Amino acid sequence: MYIIGERINGMFVNVKEAIRNREAKVIQDLALAQMAAGASALDVNVGPAVSDAKGAMIWLVETIRQVTDAPLSIDTAKWDVMSTVIPMITGEKIINSSKADPEIAGRCVKLAVEHGAGMIGLTIDANGVPGNVDGRVALGAQIITIAMEGGLDMNKLFVDPIILPVNVAPTIPNQCIQSMSQLRMFADPPPHLVIGLSNLSQKCSNRQLINRTYLAMAIAHGLDAAILDPLDRELMEVVATAELLMGKSIYCDAFLEAALNRQTPK
Amino acid sequence: MNIPDLAEKWTGSVSTVTLGATAEGGGTRTSTVKLGGAKALPFLACDGDVGNRPAIAVEIWDIPPADWPQPLTEAYGDVFADAGKWTKKAVEYGAEAICLRLQGAHPDFGNRSPQQCAETVKAVLGAVGVPLVIWGPGVDEKDNEIMPAVSAAARGENCLLGTAREKNYRTLVAVCLADKHKLIAESPLDINIAKQVNILCSDAGYGLEDIVIFPTTGALGYGIEYVYSIQERGLLAGLGGDKLLGQPIICDVGAEAWRAKEAKAPPFACVTNETRGQWGIQWEAATATVLLQAGAGMLIMRHPTAIQLIRQTIDRLLKASC
Repeated sequence: MYIIGERINGMFVNVKEAIRNREAKVIQDLALAQMAAGASALDVNVGPAVSDAKGAMIWLVETIRQVTDAPLSIDTAKWDVMSTVIPMITGEKIINSSKADPEIAGRCVKLAVEHGAGMIGLTIDANGVPGNVDGRVALGAQIITIAMEGGLDMNKLFVDPIILPVNVAPTIPNQCIQSMSQLRMFADPPPHLVIGLSNLSQKCSNRQLINRTYLAMAIAHGLDAAILDPLDRELMEVVATAELLMGKSIYCDAFLEAALNRQTPK
Repeated sequence: MNIPDLAEKWTGSVSTVTLGATAEGGGTRTSTVKLGGAKALPFLACDGDVGNRPAIAVEIWDIPPADWPQPLTEAYGDVFADAGKWTKKAVEYGAEAICLRLQGAHPDFGNRSPQQCAETVKAVLGAVGVPLVIWGPGVDEKDNEIMPAVSAAARGENCLLGTAREKNYRTLVAVCLADKHKLIAESPLDINIAKQVNILCSDAGYGLEDIVIFPTTGALGYGIEYVYSIQERGLLAGLGGDKLLGQPIICDVGAEAWRAKEAKAPPFACVTNETRGQWGIQWEAATATVLLQAGAGMLIMRHPTAIQLIRQTIDRLLKASC
């Protein structure tokens, strides 16, 4: 599974402070810890209400790049930040994210293709979040089409069917899962499927239990990427176990260790 | 209309294990052998790099075999009693590596001492310049007793020592680390255990990239289909990115094939005195041919004619790329 570590986000108090005071070590420790825990990439988000979002994002990227060349998922809704920062990044990078509207998705695909970046496409458009499975699938298909037309390889496209908190949107988790299976049928090879897992349990009790239960369910329906907290060891163990159960790896008694504790020789 | 590229792209590969150390590497070998390295399924060059040519190691014992079938005694009988001479003859027949099986160290077959085994190792190393595989008797306590001395006697020559098993690997891992040898990791036709043995060796400090997998071999007619399927599953997992199953594979073809009654005394009405001697050779060659298709990186073989047949087979398979 392609795991995008979510911890470098200004909505967390420690990160907010670090950004404000330009404390590199806090950011770098989070970057290294998430990669050591098995992340494939790092989400980078300056958080809400930052006065100089572009400057903060550039600082975060440069700070992280001092200690790792892990792929970076640039998480911003501001086009001027995205279009400035993506070209600056050495190594792999991902645009997080683009909505499904043709003009928006079109320019994001162009940016991605120009700079060899990946792209996360959300099944949201000007009409908002779709209310049913068909709506999600239609927007997902739209993103896939725009990506193909723009020359973006499916292995660089991540489609996100938008998970919402289960306490306020009780039918959405099931709808998302139904959408996942269908979205994989639109291209061969299919694009990646990704969700922001923590959204599911916002302001709920038993957050981690909800997160890891859903992650197992989603993996069974084809989810192959997620933005989540790799420092949640139990969550990472669920990834390893669910993938084993889906036949993606061969069992051995130390299967958790095999999946989680090994540094891949480079 | 563009015809899509149907080549299978693998994210992983089989690691490359080099055997033998020349003077440059601190040893006295005159040649080295590279195993593994494939980025595609066996011989499918249209998909990608098929890796190093499968290598053949000729099996030598440290004691004269008591009851090898006639075709084998015809080939080697006059040198059975002297491991050095036997090794030399094998290399003259065209061996690119030697597999010294320390059968004499087995408690039931001589129970030779660590010193005696070490002497034989030195004699074999002194007789020829090709890389050496050294295979213990496969009894836990005896392996642990002799392999340290054996490993030390071959220090610097970058040999391939076997075998590490799930319940008995620490001693061999330790000496292979100390004396810088490569390691055979054995499992009993169980892919889960194959992966587990690699984790155990790795946790004990041994590099995954220095391991050769021995998944156990069964001859034609004696379980070869199961052997094939396990070998291939492991290879597919390795090519798919599993770093714990992406190691080169060694197959014990000669020993298994010549155990078969078909090889020794084929019980069929059609067999004549003229043809009887061919059966073992063909049984060995057929077993090897099948396992090549399942990704064998090194074959341990016995009969010179079978070895020639397999060399020619490998030549043809490598040439016939798409």
